[in-house]
Amino acid sequence: MDISGIRHINEIAQNGPFAPEKVTFKGHIGNSGKILSSIHEAIVKTGLKDGMTISFHHHFRNGDYIVNMVLDEIAKMGIRNLTVAASSLASCHAPMIEHIKSGVVTHIETSGMRGELAEQVSRGLMEFPVVFRSHGGRAAAIARGELHIDVAFLGAPSCDPMGNANGYNRDEENATMCGSLGYAKVDAQYADKVVIITDHVVPYPNTPFGIPAVQVDYIVPVENIGDPAGIMSGATRYTKNPKELLIAKTAAKVIENSGCFYDGFSMQMGSGGASLATARFLREKMEADHIHAHFALGGITGQIVEMHEAGLIDKILDVQSFDLVAANSLKNNRFHTQIDGCFYAGYDDGGAAVNALDFVVLSALEIDTDFNVNVLTGSDGVIRGAIGGHPDTAAGASMSVVVGPLTRGRIPTIVKKVNTVVTPGTVVDVVVTEQGVAVNPRRRDLIEKLTAAGIMLTDIETLRLRAEKIVGEPDPIKYLDRIVGVVLYRDNTVIDVIHQVDESET
Amino acid sequence: MKIVTAASAGTVESSDIIVRIEPREEKGLEIHLTSSVMQQFGKKIEKVIRETLDGLGVENARVEAVDKGALDCTVRARTAAAAYRAAERTDYEWRTKE
Repeated sequence: MDISGIRHINEIAQNGPFAPEKVTFKGHIGNSGKILSSIHEAIVKTGLKDGMTISFHHHFRNGDYIVNMVLDEIAKMGIRNLTVAASSLASCHAPMIEHIKSGVVTHIETSGMRGELAEQVSRGLMEFPVVFRSHGGRAAAIARGELHIDVAFLGAPSCDPMGNANGYNRDEENATMCGSLGYAKVDAQYADKVVIITDHVVPYPNTPFGIPAVQVDYIVPVENIGDPAGIMSGATRYTKNPKELLIAKTAAKVIENSGCFYDGFSMQMGSGGASLATARFLREKMEADHIHAHFALGGITGQIVEMHEAGLIDKILDVQSFDLVAANSLKNNRFHTQIDGCFYAGYDDGGAAVNALDFVVLSALEIDTDFNVNVLTGSDGVIRGAIGGHPDTAAGASMSVVVGPLTRGRIPTIVKKVNTVVTPGTVVDVVVTEQGVAVNPRRRDLIEKLTAAGIMLTDIETLRLRAEKIVGEPDPIKYLDRIVGVVLYRDNTVIDVIHQVDESET
Repeated sequence: MKIVTAASAGTVESSDIIVRIEPREEKGLEIHLTSSVMQQFGKKIEKVIRETLDGLGVENARVEAVDKGALDCTVRARTAAAAYRAAERTDYEWRTKE
């Protein structure tokens, strides 16, 4: 008799007394097949080849070991001509210089660059210019396929055998942690192959997770993923600098009288000294007037967490945690939520969180009399910063406030023309310095409100002249024709280029 | 003012300049400047040092200056102090602001 003629014979056979032994849950996860023994094995399995694009996140900031670890192995294997698409790069990535010289890395995409790598790129290290994107611009470019990632190598402080990864772990109190994996989430979602590199394989399920297992192809356990001291500090400290305190006090006053400060408002604060202090002055006003915020967005610091825990801020949307207090809050507070780069600032998504901001407080290296802001290149023309979410939040928020000292040492902050336009003056509303407040003439509504509130306003040219009177007029920086960097606005159109600095005379 | 010995004034703190002045056999001023703002203000700082020494009547001297973004008033003060010390002069005439 042909038993295959019996309907559902397979299911019956699989569940009957002669069914094969069930794979246990524990056995199953132990054999998920995703855990590999080395980075080398992961590179082989992902099929990484010459000319491909690999990506990294910068949640480990200047404590990151992942980029150097992976590139060293790739170089050993003889793979060349790669594009490194990192969400950002830090001083600790100087070893990449050797991989650029040897042709392993030929293209870089990043939000920013610092240290020796940035110095050398500014002096013409690379044949092809570095592409600088904002956090929102990068996320959108990945989602739209403009920036295609072949393999993402993502460091994670915890991961289970299935691949559920997160920026902290619940098993050990003193482990490496970075809090939100916001920028890495986009890479995990869209890259062809995703490798999680972790120092803690934890039992399944590693929930809540930053990156879900379905997006993860391979997991490589390693001894160390980063230097905790370089990843984040215990708590971001309040400034004691009287100049910064004066700027912060003034900025808080501007915000209070701008119409953006009402019960249920939303905000984003930078992590610079003056913007952190602004949060402190705002807090005093919120407590006095019984005003609370509906949400705070962005790079999150301990100050925002304290306000959340005190009931002054309902919800925190965290794309990047700036200190341990923030990272711990992400772990412990129900309404402190991890969000990804697209959710945060994607430009083609009208629902991006930046578009719901009432105001944002930002810093600047240079601001010019057209209100253009530079946060990327120093006054000597050398790359020394990062775009971050600057243009995304300035464009999205109802009011963008840029805070900064009139001069830093002998370097004026307010100049005739910024070295590099990162955020266009059309989306910058108020500039607050210790020597005066200037409102973009485009915002007549703000000028009226602030004047009515008795805040002394000045125009930006007056601020520039004040700075010039103190420091003198700087000689213009000399550049060569060669372009070393292309700066993209948040919609990924070119807003400026960075030329190689000409140091032949100095 | 004749430079008779080597002397210095200033610090290498941010926004300061350290100026070291020593005798020079040959005629003229020989100025070596390094600055954290060389590209933007190098020429100006050198000019201020030169003018200050000219004003004091220093004709022959070798000057070594390390600048960390000092303003012109600081450059003038440090240069003058170093020159007086290097000339072993203590008769500096203090002026009040007019």
